[in-house]
Amino acid sequence: MMLEAKDIVFGYEKRRPILDGFCLSAGQEERVALVALSGVGKTTLCQLLAGYLAPWSGQITLNQKPLPQKGYCPVQMIWQHPEKSVDPYLRMKDTLAEGRGLDPAVLEGLGIESDWLNRFPGELSGGEIQRFCIARALGGETKFIIADEISTMLDPIAQSQIWNFLLEEVQRRKIGLIFVSHSEALTKRIATRKVTLAE
Amino acid sequence: MTCLTKKHILEIENLSVSFLQYDKGMRQRSLQVITNLSVSVHEGEIVAVVGASGSGKSLLAHAVLGLLPANADVSGTLRFEGKPLTAASIAALRGKGITLVPQSIAYLDPLLKAGKAVRKNKRDAGARKKQRELFAHFQLDPATENLYPFELSGGMARRVLLAAALMDDPRLIIADEPTPGLDLELAKKALADFRAFADQGNGVLLITHDIELALSVADRIAVFYAGTTVEEAPVIDFEAETTLRHPYTKALWRALPENGFAALPGNQPYVKAMPKGCPFGPRCSLFSPSCEGEIPLKTIRCGTVRCIKATGSVEV
Repeated sequence: MMLEAKDIVFGYEKRRPILDGFCLSAGQEERVALVALSGVGKTTLCQLLAGYLAPWSGQITLNQKPLPQKGYCPVQMIWQHPEKSVDPYLRMKDTLAEGRGLDPAVLEGLGIESDWLNRFPGELSGGEIQRFCIARALGGETKFIIADEISTMLDPIAQSQIWNFLLEEVQRRKIGLIFVSHSEALTKRIATRKVTLAE
Repeated sequence: MTCLTKKHILEIENLSVSFLQYDKGMRQRSLQVITNLSVSVHEGEIVAVVGASGSGKSLLAHAVLGLLPANADVSGTLRFEGKPLTAASIAALRGKGITLVPQSIAYLDPLLKAGKAVRKNKRDAGARKKQRELFAHFQLDPATENLYPFELSGGMARRVLLAAALMDDPRLIIADEPTPGLDLELAKKALADFRAFADQGNGVLLITHDIELALSVADRIAVFYAGTTVEEAPVIDFEAETTLRHPYTKALWRALPENGFAALPGNQPYVKAMPKGCPFGPRCSLFSPSCEGEIPLKTIRCGTVRCIKATGSVEV
């Protein structure tokens, strides 16, 4: 199964595309690093690939079919700011329920403690919330993970905890990974391939 | 080896911060978030404070500047250039002797144009000239001074905040996560500015979770864990695991992608359920019952550590 982007054109202002003719094709056993300066459109690209934004023209396909418009999307995105990607008025267990077909072993593997489930996001640190966001994205039907700077807000220990688990999981379940990171050392550890976006 | 004997700009000894909270109904409870925290900044020095999120890094900055909310109770000694910091002296120094580069770009007044915000409403030609120089220095287009914060990109807003901090020739800059949103080149430039500022005999307290960044610019590193300083060490000690003192610092070092990427299991304790004695005890391989007692601050090779198991030649 391939995730493919063909001739993507997208922008926020009329007639001023920030992505113009972008192409990418990634397989399920690949870990692709997206590298670019800030402001070039990495997060926008992540949102396009995960189906949060629709391109002006061009196509994003999974297994030669467009991404589903309804229901669970097999391409799941993990965002840069964990505290902004959960509902502050939902207990963490309800946030987890937004995912689908979650294996309880994932919670254990991510070091999520059982008493966190009843807390609100305000009672957890960014790193702790990010683990829930990762768990939410790792549902049984997930085929691709788009990770947009998921560990920039974290200290090295939390970063290595999260990435070690995520790497093991995507390799075991053959989930394709497309990720953005500013750290060269981290990219070197994780990526099987690097794609550089030009301005 | 001679340790640093330069004059202190900022000295913080045994700082504790607790918040009074309502628990159930009218029942009050005091939540201790910072315990026995000690850190100091000398002349000409950049001290980086690193640690996990929720370890009390930003609270430290706010405590020094007297910006904590009214339900906070602060104890301990804070001294700026040898003089104790009191509520009145903090108010006089804030923005002049000590400036803050805040963590969030939301700290800019949304109704002030960038130039005016940096000039802090001063109208004289000198202030205008200085502000333009700073903008040029940070590669901000001259037209930026007439833009409102919502018209700035994240990186531009960061640079406006940096310019505002340097505007009044402070003695100490407290920078709370100043680089997210800047690409590598701009981040390096901002850090080079801190370096130049410190080299003129001033001090910088750089608060960050990014150890790689801290190592590239700081002279000393203070490591925070669960609201206390577990170790303060010269930056050179971070070149190898063996020269570090505290088990948590060693675990941080091992977790870096270039040094093994090894994950330490477990999590930082929650403030409402702190372990007795050493907060790192439950995750520490050297843990023994004696770790549940009082943990004094030890001095080892020009650095300090709060661990009874740390060894090395003790100098006082």
